[in-house]
Amino acid sequence: MRNTLARSAQHLSIYVENLTKRFGSFTAVDNITFSVERGEIFGFLGANGAGKTTAMRMLCGLSKPTSGSCVVAGYDVSREPEKVKQSIGYMSQKFSLYEDLKVWENIRLFAGIYGMGEKLIASKTEQTLAHLGFEAERNTLVKALPLGWKQKLAFSVAIFHEPEVVFLDEPTGGVDPATRRRFWEMIYQAAERGVTVFVTTHYMDEAEYCNRVSIMVDGRIEALDAPKNLRQRFGASGMDAVFQRIVEK
Amino acid sequence: MPATQGIAAGHQPPVISCRQLSKRYGSVEALRSVSFDVERGEIFGCIGPDGAGKSTLFRILATLLRADSGRATVEGLDVQKDFRAIRRRLGYMPGRFSLYQDLSVEENLSFFAAIFGVTVRESYPLIRDIYGQLEPFKARRACKLSGGMKQKLALCCALIHKPSVLLLDEPTTGVDPISRREFWEMLARLRQQSITIIVSTPYMDEAMRCDRIALVKDGAFLQIEAPQSIISRFPQALWSVQGDPMYGLLKDLRRHEDIMAAYAFGDAHHATVRSERITPRQLGENLKALGYLNVEVKEIQPTIEDCYMHLTADS
Repeated sequence: MRNTLARSAQHLSIYVENLTKRFGSFTAVDNITFSVERGEIFGFLGANGAGKTTAMRMLCGLSKPTSGSCVVAGYDVSREPEKVKQSIGYMSQKFSLYEDLKVWENIRLFAGIYGMGEKLIASKTEQTLAHLGFEAERNTLVKALPLGWKQKLAFSVAIFHEPEVVFLDEPTGGVDPATRRRFWEMIYQAAERGVTVFVTTHYMDEAEYCNRVSIMVDGRIEALDAPKNLRQRFGASGMDAVFQRIVEK
Repeated sequence: MPATQGIAAGHQPPVISCRQLSKRYGSVEALRSVSFDVERGEIFGCIGPDGAGKSTLFRILATLLRADSGRATVEGLDVQKDFRAIRRRLGYMPGRFSLYQDLSVEENLSFFAAIFGVTVRESYPLIRDIYGQLEPFKARRACKLSGGMKQKLALCCALIHKPSVLLLDEPTTGVDPISRREFWEMLARLRQQSITIIVSTPYMDEAMRCDRIALVKDGAFLQIEAPQSIISRFPQALWSVQGDPMYGLLKDLRRHEDIMAAYAFGDAHHATVRSERITPRQLGENLKALGYLNVEVKEIQPTIEDCYMHLTADS
């Protein structure tokens, strides 16, 4: 069993089998099974309270599964949660950067936490600032940046140590439509370089930009497929209608 | 001149009236001379991203913040001089969850009732629809509620003193699509009871649920109109373009000489086109020649999001 799991996990960045998390008598994540391929953009959708956050915390090695297995970037989250944490990046709209640190200090801090060497940090910082067009903002406090810039920087910091998988928890909440789209182009570019992207969102148009999406209801995955296939299966014109149908069933 | 529409047409005085409201934080102009009126029973939407000035406007109207200049009235009362009287007539739901996390659903409600000197029972008819959905969880602490339920509780607390005006600052941010829809259905029912509602949102699709909207950007109101009128003023031809692979298609659309702008819109890209120079069919042929599969090009009606992006394109 362990052998097949290890073998099948080779092309997969995330492999989840019968994953369950209970808090007392409440089952927050109920026996979910799915996998995400390397370089895939995977949308993790669901209503508030459906269990997305709990599942994501287990995938990131922050919470121990009650049962089931979960392999992320080649490491078992129950047995090697620290290895998992080193191999992933994480960004959420709520917290990502230190507001009272400068742009370069944030990069330096996170890269240091991930154990990158000084020289590599220095050269990659230049690259990243140039890529973002942020050279002039190097010494700006993060709190002084417009929200859209913060988000771009937060994403760049999350993938700075070249993780195999990046987890994005509602990364685009509250930003203007053009910035939201530019952010998704950054996601595409990262995926083209082979980074696996695991993303939650409440914008249903963004669900369309994923290679595949899963929709969680009451702790279970009720649907998982490419957006186009889901639209066809549910005879819906958009992912919004698909979502409504699955969640209200 | 939408700001004076209501008065000119001889209606009742506006429920909310703002004239040249400005507010600055240091070097940031949070509000730039904003003027508008809201009529009784209207749902008026302020649509724009975080940092556009929506919360600053709401806090001024809620009498919690002073404008640097300009004038604002709520129910004919001045937000500075008559703030006590305004607070009795106004329900305010701030952007951040504002309830007591350690109190239960029921305790939060009683607390807000007590503060306003009313009882839950006398206000119950107004909140019955909404509170009914929370009642099974009335003993649960507010911090243990899901995002959608928190919003419903916050709305109940904002309504507990039977206000005639509701200020809702981003009530649906971070809320899933189903709870968002339910929330807007509740607002539509409140509107039927002649409650005037000003609501802000970063979700452009919610604009269609408002009677009139203001598109807000960098502290300024770009347009104030019914959503349909804003759509009908979109000045260019807009085409929906599909084809595989989609990301490459977007980049090639932007390179096309007859296309002014192209953005991803869910399962299709939206392109503004110099339609005097090319037809949808010709564009489709161009794209097939570049190797795209399943190409489909058609003319479409813009959405509010298209309009917003067009209006803010140069900044």
